[in-house]
Amino acid sequence: MTRATLHALLSHWWRSPLQLFTLLAGLALATALWSGVQAVNAEARASYRAASTTLGEGNFDRLLRRDGQPIDMATYIALRRGGWLVSPVIAGQLNGVRIIGVDPLTAPGSMGAAQLAQDQAITGFFTGQGQLLGSADVAARLPEFTVIISENAAPDTAVTDIGVAQDILGRAGEIDRLVIAPDQPLRQADLALIAPDLIRQRAQASTDTAQLTESFHLNLSAFGLLAFAVGIFIVNGAIGLAFEQRRPVVRTLRALGVPLRRLVLLMAAELMIFALVAGLVGVFLGYVIAALLLPDVAATLRGLYGADVSGTLQLRPAWWLSGLVIALGGTALAATGALWKLSKMPLLAAAQKRALAMAAGRRAGAQAAIAALLLGICVILGLTAQGLIAGFALLACLLIGAALLLPFVLDRVLALASKGAKTIAAQWFWADTRQQLPGLSLALMALLLAMAANVGVSTMVSSFRTTFTGFLDQRLTSELYVDTADPAQAAAFVTYATPRVDAVLPIVSTQITIAGQPTEIHGTRDHATYRDHWMMLEGTADHWDTTFAGETVLINEQLARRAGLAVGDSTNIEGRDMVISGIYGDYGNPIGQAIIADTLFADLYPDVAADRFGLRIAPNDVSGFVAALTSETDISPAQIINQAGIKAVSLAIFERTFTVTTALNILTLAVAGFAILMSLLTLAAMRVPQLAPAWAMGMTRAQLGRLELLRAVLLAMLTAVIALPLGLALAWALLSVVNVAAFGWKLPMYLFPLDYARLGVFALLAAALAALWPARRLARTPPADLLKVFSNER
Amino acid sequence: MNVKVLLFSLLPITANAQGFAGLGTAAEGFSVPQPGYAFAFPADHGAHHDYRIEWWYLTANLQGPDGTDYGLQWTLFRSALAPEAGSGWGTPQLWMGHAAVTTPDNHYVSERLGRGGIGQAGVTADPFSAWIDDWELSGDWTNMQMAASGADFAYDMNLTAQGPLVFHGDAGFSVKSAEGQASYYYSQPYFDIAGVLTLPQGDVPVTGQAWLDREWSSQPLGANQTGWDWFSLSFDDGAKLMGFRLQQTDGDHYTSATWIAKDGQATPFADGAFQAVPLTTNDHGVPVRWQVTLPAYGVDATVSAVNNHAWMATSVPYWEGPVRVTGSHNGRGYLEMTGYE
Repeated sequence: MTRATLHALLSHWWRSPLQLFTLLAGLALATALWSGVQAVNAEARASYRAASTTLGEGNFDRLLRRDGQPIDMATYIALRRGGWLVSPVIAGQLNGVRIIGVDPLTAPGSMGAAQLAQDQAITGFFTGQGQLLGSADVAARLPEFTVIISENAAPDTAVTDIGVAQDILGRAGEIDRLVIAPDQPLRQADLALIAPDLIRQRAQASTDTAQLTESFHLNLSAFGLLAFAVGIFIVNGAIGLAFEQRRPVVRTLRALGVPLRRLVLLMAAELMIFALVAGLVGVFLGYVIAALLLPDVAATLRGLYGADVSGTLQLRPAWWLSGLVIALGGTALAATGALWKLSKMPLLAAAQKRALAMAAGRRAGAQAAIAALLLGICVILGLTAQGLIAGFALLACLLIGAALLLPFVLDRVLALASKGAKTIAAQWFWADTRQQLPGLSLALMALLLAMAANVGVSTMVSSFRTTFTGFLDQRLTSELYVDTADPAQAAAFVTYATPRVDAVLPIVSTQITIAGQPTEIHGTRDHATYRDHWMMLEGTADHWDTTFAGETVLINEQLARRAGLAVGDSTNIEGRDMVISGIYGDYGNPIGQAIIADTLFADLYPDVAADRFGLRIAPNDVSGFVAALTSETDISPAQIINQAGIKAVSLAIFERTFTVTTALNILTLAVAGFAILMSLLTLAAMRVPQLAPAWAMGMTRAQLGRLELLRAVLLAMLTAVIALPLGLALAWALLSVVNVAAFGWKLPMYLFPLDYARLGVFALLAAALAALWPARRLARTPPADLLKVFSNER
Repeated sequence: MNVKVLLFSLLPITANAQGFAGLGTAAEGFSVPQPGYAFAFPADHGAHHDYRIEWWYLTANLQGPDGTDYGLQWTLFRSALAPEAGSGWGTPQLWMGHAAVTTPDNHYVSERLGRGGIGQAGVTADPFSAWIDDWELSGDWTNMQMAASGADFAYDMNLTAQGPLVFHGDAGFSVKSAEGQASYYYSQPYFDIAGVLTLPQGDVPVTGQAWLDREWSSQPLGANQTGWDWFSLSFDDGAKLMGFRLQQTDGDHYTSATWIAKDGQATPFADGAFQAVPLTTNDHGVPVRWQVTLPAYGVDATVSAVNNHAWMATSVPYWEGPVRVTGSHNGRGYLEMTGYE
């Protein structure tokens, strides 16, 4: 019986292959978008992580020899026995491969190389048998060594035990630097006593971009989910329609004695198989999308780390599986309602060909009420939301609420328009459009979500880029940064550098508590560098003047948010009441920061002297100055950081990643366009009886076809008009709620009207393209078919 | 015993390990303990590089000026990848230190890893010193000094032995399973200890009793043994009891115990004589109250943790903390439980 039942059920799909195609293609496309975004995310993360196996130690403070020479083993052991949790690193080149030697036993847990070593866990790694961890191309270039291929390895780099690295590089007993673990024990020997030759180099500021990158990934993930939601609308529509149309089959089968339970199970199983097939196709498509996008990401990394990243994509189980799970989950979500209705259906309920559309019409009122409720929650959340979950709840309410409201709003607008219609044809057009609306509403909702997602993500990404560029300009203004080892070296350096460069800007700071928040307070010299480049989120007109005069203080956004401080408020710093004259964005910094004049700083903290300096110098003079500085003073190259290079490279990484989102935008619109096409094709068959009277009354088929096209474009345009504010609200939620919850800082939102206009044009094009084929088909409907309508009615 | 945690979780051996922390892995190439071994001191206080695992394990029950109970742990584990001392970075000898201070409300833990051959960690027998980084236990086994520090605690202690070394099992040959897995095992349970605990609340001067265990082997657990519950109890009348219960995959247990009279006379008990039955567990399912019996000496006492949450969140996690004893015998002691992850 099961077989016969299954045959009867499946016969529906043989008869409506288009519907089957809609279902499978919608699901596959949705999965493809989701898994494509996930793949790009996963790959980019893995690449950052791999790159950090060489650069990850930059996240930690380090000890280096003042003279740039290697550190000996005795010093290392003396430090360990003095309670210093430091870990040795040695680096060198062999056959063009960067060999990094680490000690996995002492390396800080979050140091990439240590994680890599622990992932692998090979005895030989420890026991001097010479095992290296690296990518396949490293293995090819170092045939004489045992290279364990690691998918997480950085390009052109082999990580190995420090003992092995010392052997390979012929540098027995030598250590290049000691990484200082973040958590040190309560008691430690004085560094100056046990290792007077070493200087402490602070963690590199450039790694601050890690948080920005994470934020970007989070937003991209949200986008991936939105893209999937668009797809699910399509699937929901297709499943709903298919179930309605199969009501007679179900009724007949039940009348013939097939148990309801078996029927429901069979239909559920059938759907799950479809979901599995579509999911697999979708994951494959996602792979193709990601592979097409990845060269940009690879190019980014190549630019950033000056090393080859293989542009090939690895099938990471995480996104591969998540793609399948989300396809199955999405189908289950879309099908639950339909199956439930089926199980509650009266045995002898009449089949309704247009049941779905009719039901949609009946539901419109209830739907609008739910939408209003959701949007109400949205407003409340928007005013009060704190935390990531509330942020995502806000996003969900906003999108679902808006999507549900769409049919109602469109219906009202069309009703209004039909009142203004003068001619009979126009009246018929408006009435017919309204009548079609329920059948198209799911596709239009998909279009609405797709457009809103695009507006939202474009706004987010572009705001991100604008902010980030400004932030880099602000923070990495000086051409060179120099770390000095002690006050004597600092004084000598200032004397040496002052006549040779445009400006020497001391960077001096100390940890204090402001309004209960741990804060890094900086003393800053009055210089155009700051006045020209530091942008305040809020500030008084003369914030720099009053600050440099020692009267006011500038604080970062994190401190302002956590301590609830605003411009004009007064706060206590070391017993002085200081007025806050400005709040600046400080992206990627976990703690509070405050800026006061260097003269005031010197009064408040006479013991804290600057050991770090920014140098303003003509870019052409940089290399000459560095050469002179290192040869004429005891400053070593390790103490000099050329920030111009870091800046250029950091900007490149983001530029490239942005191109990825542009491509995703177009793909999402394509999915929405597909939804419209499928809805129109599905409706086309039912449309003939409705159009036949219009044709019989004298409208030509070509006219009818043009009206069909016009209708699609009109509906898309109306949807686009609604999508714009929705997209902006979405961007606002992402930037101001989700980002604040996840990272503690708000990204300023910028508007990009040209982008939105272009997007609108794309959406109309997508709708027009989608409507073109159904319209042409309609225009070519044989008159006999139209006539048949009347004969059938008899 | 103190068959303790030995293997560093980041080591490959754990990947295909048998028993808890790889302790049941076969002992290929390593020496294996044999009955009738003649201990020689001070050499045997030092490291035995031809055995795979070894430890210097000190626990102490301390009291502050206000009578508050504290527990203290200082442990150095050696784990060898090959049966040789080696030198430089290529040494197969890996070391792991665990230090902890337990108060009635808090449990402070720190862990250090390092390797032998470069001077970061090791043990020398004469003069005796066991160290990893800045942690050190040194002295002549009569007068000793000990120090350790973590991110939120530190301690400095002086120890004075008030009695002889005690050898467990058959004159120091301690059998761990029906299949005959064994270790060399002796203790110095008679230390008076005094010093200062540095805690986040400030310095606390403390005094008390300490128990130092020495044990080495190459495969101390059977392949079907997954963990153990180990007790070192010092009764108010001066007698002491060391007992352990090894958990087996079949739900059965293998027990062993040593009764230590006030004068240091040791009486070993084979499997079954000593019994320990869990009474209540903490919210993580680790038993923190036990009924302990050794009928031969009339022991029927309840052992309860001073702090139920003395969990060692280290590379190989386990529970280790001070206990109080009430019932047929009263006193203090230490309890260690593994295999409860």
